[in-house]
Parts: sequence; structure tokens; C-alpha cells
Amino acid sequence: MSAPALRDDQYWHPYVGGAVLGVVLFTAFLLTGSGLGGSGGLARLVAAATDVVAPAYVDTNPVTAPWAGGDHNPLLHPMVFMTLGVVLGGFISGLIGGRVKFEIRRGPHVSVPLRLILAFSGGTLAGFAARLARGCTSGQALTGGAVLSAGSWAFMIMVFLGAYLLAWPLRRMWN
Amino acid sequence: MGPLGFAGDLTAATFIGVAFGFVLERSGFGDSRILAAQFYLHNMRVLKVMFTAIVTAMLLIFLSSAAGLLNYEALWVPPTHLWPGLVGGFLLGVGFIVGGFCPGTSMVATATLKLDGLIFVLGLMAGMAVFNAVAPDFLMFWQRSGDYGRVTLMDTLGTSSGVVAVLVVLMAVGAFAGATALERAFTARRRGRS
Repeated sequence: MSAPALRDDQYWHPYVGGAVLGVVLFTAFLLTGSGLGGSGGLARLVAAATDVVAPAYVDTNPVTAPWAGGDHNPLLHPMVFMTLGVVLGGFISGLIGGRVKFEIRRGPHVSVPLRLILAFSGGTLAGFAARLARGCTSGQALTGGAVLSAGSWAFMIMVFLGAYLLAWPLRRMWN
Repeated sequence: MGPLGFAGDLTAATFIGVAFGFVLERSGFGDSRILAAQFYLHNMRVLKVMFTAIVTAMLLIFLSSAAGLLNYEALWVPPTHLWPGLVGGFLLGVGFIVGGFCPGTSMVATATLKLDGLIFVLGLMAGMAVFNAVAPDFLMFWQRSGDYGRVTLMDTLGTSSGVVAVLVVLMAVGAFAGATALERAFTARRRGRS
């Protein structure tokens, strides 16, 4: 499977995409009093799945108990529904743009197995980090950034710092 | 719970999610190479889209709050848990450049059948399960360290929301100009190399 060339011009201009995203974020606040989320729905899905295989562990673990302990259903939450919506919205946009295709996107000098190992490792780190920080680029940086949360701005600076620090040693992975 | 009630919140969240996922994919965020390029300076879509969105939403929120259409004081402002936020932010950035995604963008990539996106999502779930398993060992750090509650930049800087908003807009405009200059310089450098 060859990685297709990176074509940037098929996407919205970044300022247009950003402005529309800003309106979506504002609408979320207007309708629900809260913002966007990227990892919260998945975190609840993990809690729900764990509750199926190990309910006693979930009940006694102080991290999972508030969501999934006893009779609590962690899936009955707006973040879970938003996550389903994100997947559907991404699919619709990809369909219109002719981008729903089975592919592996990777740097020109990275093998498929290595790309997948990196994707899983990076995902594991990001999943741990999103729970630790109580949110990710969506729930903290974007949402908290717009409502001027001090902690969210500090979080955002650290995201860029972490990524830029590791970008140089990992340059062969992407270039 | 928001003004629509619980069932209304679930419905609204679904539609907002659809719009969110749509815009992310339209903006090129389903492609890990575009996302990673932000950190090699030749394509700075991530910064441009993110800061435009923050500025747009911020202005709409504070202007409509000033006009009485919205009450900023009643909105969800992510509470500041400073230390877990700083460490988590750093690790999320590392995960971003290693894996090529952040959580939301990996779901959009999965939705368009990018296998690297799906594998990243599986990694996210594994990382979350690991967190649930080990966080009880550092519960005080997670729940209490740097726990300042609802703190805004207005509180931190001791100034009004108007002043902060102007500063954020100026910073964004400066960042956009800098980003465009860097894109030009590093795109030229890449062409020169290949």
C-alpha cells in the first residue's frame, strides 16, 4: 500500500475551518453551557467496557467508581454522544471529499509496521495524558482556551512544548 | 446540565459532535502527516485552525455575554488542576508527535478508514485503562495538586476580560504572521533538499 501524496489544497483554508470550528464551539456553549470534547466519550467507553469484565474492580477503584460504579451507566453522558457524532461527521465530510478510503498515512521513510507501532505507542501516551489532564486538545486547549481558563492555557503551552521537543529526534519518522 | 435538560443535552451533543467531526475532517485533520507537519514548520494548519477557532469562539462568547445573550459566569470553564494539567499536556504533546494524532483527530481519521487512526484510538483506550489502574497510587497528585478551581486568565493577570481578549487576538495575529513566514521558509528548504 503506497501512501498517497500530501495534498493540502483539497481542504478548507485554515482560517475558514478555524472560524467555522469557533462557531461550532460557541454553539456548544450556547446550547449546553459547555464546550467540545475529544477524549471524554472514549474514556467513558473504556470505563463501561471494564465494568463488563471486572465490575468489582470498577466499583472499588476510586478513579472509575464515580462513573461506572454500582448502577452508574458511564455511557449515558453527552460526551459519549458527542464522540459518536464526531465519527459520523468525519465520515460525512470524508465521503463528500472522496477521502473515505482504507489507507495508512505515514512519513515517506517509515514502514507500515513501524507506523502502526508508533500510532499505538503515541495513542497510549495520549490516552494516559488526556485522563491525567482531564481533557485533550478539544476539551482543554480549544474549549478552555476560548473561555480563558488559566489551566487550559498552561496545558496548551505544554502540548506544544512536548511535541516540539520530540519533533527533532523523531524527524525521520515524518520527513 | 445545560438549559435544554438532560435529553436535550444528549441530542445537542450529538449534533454538535457531527459538526465538530465534519469541520475537523474538512480542515485536513484526518491526515496524520498534516498534523505532524505542524512540528516541522512547513504546514501550520494545526496552529492556524486552532487559534482562529479559539479567537472566534472567545469573541462570540464574551460579546454575547456582554449583550446579555449568554452568562459567562454560568459557563463551564475547565477547572485548573495545575500540575496534572502541565504533566498531562506535555505527555499529550509527546503522544501527538509520536503517534501523529490527538484524540479527536484520530477518531476522524478512523471514520475515513485510516488504519493509523484506528490503531491510535486503540492505543488511547489502552492508555486510559492503564491510567485507571495506576491513578489510585497517585490520587492526591491527580485530585489535589495545584487544585485552584475556576481560575481564568483575568484572575491570573488581574485585568478585565476585554483586555485579555485583545491580548489573545494580538497574540493570534502575531502567531499567524510568524506561522506563514515559517511555512514559506521551511517549504523552500524542503524543496531545495529533494
